[in-house]
Amino acid sequence: MSDSARTVPDEHSDLRDGIRAGLPFAVPTLAVGITFGVLAEPVMGEIAPIVMSIVVFAGAAQFASLSVLAAAGGAGAAILAGLLMNARFLPMGFAIAPSLRGRPLKRAAQGQAVVDASFAIARRRDGRFDRGILLGATIPQATGWIGGTAIGVFAGSVLSDPEKLGIDAIFPAFYLAILWEEGATRQGLAVAIAGGAITLSLMSYVPAGLAVIAAALAALIGLRRS
Amino acid sequence: MSEVWLTIAVLSVGTVLIKSTGPLALGGRQPGERTFAVVSLFAPALLAALVVYETLSDGHDGVTVDARVIGVAVAVIALLARAPLAAVVLGAAAATAVARAAGV
Repeated sequence: MSDSARTVPDEHSDLRDGIRAGLPFAVPTLAVGITFGVLAEPVMGEIAPIVMSIVVFAGAAQFASLSVLAAAGGAGAAILAGLLMNARFLPMGFAIAPSLRGRPLKRAAQGQAVVDASFAIARRRDGRFDRGILLGATIPQATGWIGGTAIGVFAGSVLSDPEKLGIDAIFPAFYLAILWEEGATRQGLAVAIAGGAITLSLMSYVPAGLAVIAAALAALIGLRRS
Repeated sequence: MSEVWLTIAVLSVGTVLIKSTGPLALGGRQPGERTFAVVSLFAPALLAALVVYETLSDGHDGVTVDARVIGVAVAVIALLARAPLAAVVLGAAAATAVARAAGV
């Protein structure tokens, strides 16, 4: 397991460390962004997908909304699908909150930097989050996601399919690698197994976003005295 | 307003509100011991959920088993062998690509 994305316990890194930590994941994010641009252009036109990637800035939610719109499911269902997918940012926001400082508005603004990759990279062994890594790692993510969307919209048809390169396996492998360290504690391992089992058992029956956020219930294991 | 723009507008505002809730409710002071015990475990729970979702999602609301499973299996082997992070993720991508090329 690489230690490059981890930092010393009590210091917060600066933005530059965060950018450096997040940089390797700009490439797969770019590739997924291109996929989004390619799929969104026929449904949403040229400008809307790029605006969406800037203001919504959440891959899984954008794919969820897009697939509803592409099936002519209507704005209401598209919004619901996207919001359900993003509901996981609610528990993630509570998880990072103790590590944020400053006035409420500043904390809320910092909270916008939470995406799956920055959340995974910024987590420390003690359960807190490195603010500099969290904010910094989001910058290459945003660059890759928005840039990839634009490339996909305007030039997607000439590029080969990123799935042929196995790009879509990078993210589960990455989250698994981060998760691997949790297995070091019995409690972390129990929560990870329970969380994964909840999502797996619900995925076929409820919207995917709901299956993901339901996994947060596994954290209640933390109430048991060890 | 078209359905597309309406979706973008509401989804962006909703996402900002979702991401703001935790930092507004908990930030700036130490949470209680029991609260922290739970919120600090959201990460392993949600990361495990993302591993399952990103490996098995069919892109809609269902489950499918495809070449990604082979990629993630290779990642597990690499992690067991204590390979560096780059080898874990690139090995997963390469195994998935090879499996797809072989028609999985």
